[in-house]
Amino acid sequence: MKTNTLYAIYILWLRQLKRYFRSKSRMLGSLGQPILFLVALGFGLNSVFAASGQGNYIQFLAPGIIAMSILFTAIFSGIEIIWDRQFGFLKEVLVAPVSRFTIMFGRTLGGATVASLQGLLTLIIATAIGFRPDLWMIIPAMFFMILIALVFTALGTAIASTLEDMQGFQLIMNFVVMPVFFLSGSLFPLTTAPAVLQWIAIFNPLFYGVDGMRAVLIGASHFSAWTDATVLVCISAVFLGIGSWLFSKIKA
Amino acid sequence: MSETKSAISVKNLTKKFNHSFIAVDDISFEVAAGSIFAFLGPNGAGKTTTIKILTTLLHPTSGTLLINGLDPVKHPHDVRQSFGIVFQDPSLDDELTAYENMFFHAGLYGVPRGETAGKIQDLLTFVELWDRKDNLVKTFSGGMKRRLEIARGLLHTPAILFLDEPTTGLDPQTRNYIWTYIKKLNEERGLTVFFTTHYMEEAERAAQKVAIIDHGKIIASDTPAAIIASSGTANLEDAFIKLTGRAIREQDATGTDHLRTMARAWGRR
Repeated sequence: MKTNTLYAIYILWLRQLKRYFRSKSRMLGSLGQPILFLVALGFGLNSVFAASGQGNYIQFLAPGIIAMSILFTAIFSGIEIIWDRQFGFLKEVLVAPVSRFTIMFGRTLGGATVASLQGLLTLIIATAIGFRPDLWMIIPAMFFMILIALVFTALGTAIASTLEDMQGFQLIMNFVVMPVFFLSGSLFPLTTAPAVLQWIAIFNPLFYGVDGMRAVLIGASHFSAWTDATVLVCISAVFLGIGSWLFSKIKA
Repeated sequence: MSETKSAISVKNLTKKFNHSFIAVDDISFEVAAGSIFAFLGPNGAGKTTTIKILTTLLHPTSGTLLINGLDPVKHPHDVRQSFGIVFQDPSLDDELTAYENMFFHAGLYGVPRGETAGKIQDLLTFVELWDRKDNLVKTFSGGMKRRLEIARGLLHTPAILFLDEPTTGLDPQTRNYIWTYIKKLNEERGLTVFFTTHYMEEAERAAQKVAIIDHGKIIASDTPAAIIASSGTANLEDAFIKLTGRAIREQDATGTDHLRTMARAWGRR
């Protein structure tokens, strides 16, 4: 018997999807936050945004909130490795005749698929709330969703590989996930923000994700969609590399 | 398979952690193919470290070892393909069904896809879980989980089965049941079984050979009868205590232990 690497990746991917579709509460629960943001901020700040001559806030906000829901789901998927370790399942995977890179890659693809689906759900909800994207552009927007999902699932995996337990989780939420979200231009245009914030955003992968989605969905962006896509592809490659390197160091 | 008669061959194996703490100190033993071998020792004696080395999860500091004639450091994937393992703690995915856990394992071990369904059915029937195949594992009792793990460990038809305290926390009925399976596997399929346990009567009954490890060194290695005879005691439990002393061993808790305690406090997810 010889393990087929592609089939092993598929099996690892399938597991993530089965777990996602099985926990309806998690799926619905993680839609609560984007809905709240869209309704509370979208309607609440719409008049302020319009008064400052920036147009319709919901149009501006929706891509940011879609990116946010992907960011959260993706990071969680990656961090799930800690749960796998706790419930012992990780050992079953680590002792299998499959390389660590295969394991990391299959899991990350699965987590990224789940996060992209969550993004798509958020897009549908946003449309129901009043977001009017260019319908034909949903396909390229999906491409950006997948890239965002890949980048942050890989980051989650990388972080989870260095943690022994869930104690550090709050630290990650407050010092990684939240800053990444708030400093990505999801909620406000960075063009009119202080130069410091603009500088920080340059190093924030989510900035390119949100910008790329805005480029295709509402036709307004900082960089071109191609620039955003190129940057994201490079970052996801780097993060996958770092993630698998750290994952290969995990002790069973 | 190579022509060696030993399923497991360990020579002068040493494992040091952080260049100072010696967990396993120059141990050597042989496990004959097709035999049942018990590896005993008090907590912290080096049992789990040894199992981790034998099952490729840790690299030895020095010494040589062969699993089914292969060096696990040089050929980890081939060695992994040749053994099945049931870990001390559960290692199933609670959110998947029994069948899905098996299916996942088959995919990772490259069990031919045409054979997978039939093999899963055979093994689940063997451990009497076939009628529960579509239930989520989180609904299973401790004994059912153990049986499922044994079935899973056999799915890729390994030559050796490692069992790390397979019966800890189970009631006497379930323990008895599990040993009946294991012996049947050993007799009918010629499976080599390497196990650890704290129940000395299990080792005395099931094992053809026993090795006792303490403070990282093997202090006795023979048939259960010979160990009992040479220590001048009535049974293996008394012999074990005579050899290893009465002092209670404390183990330092690792991060993973803290995590498990926390999980218990929260209740299973």
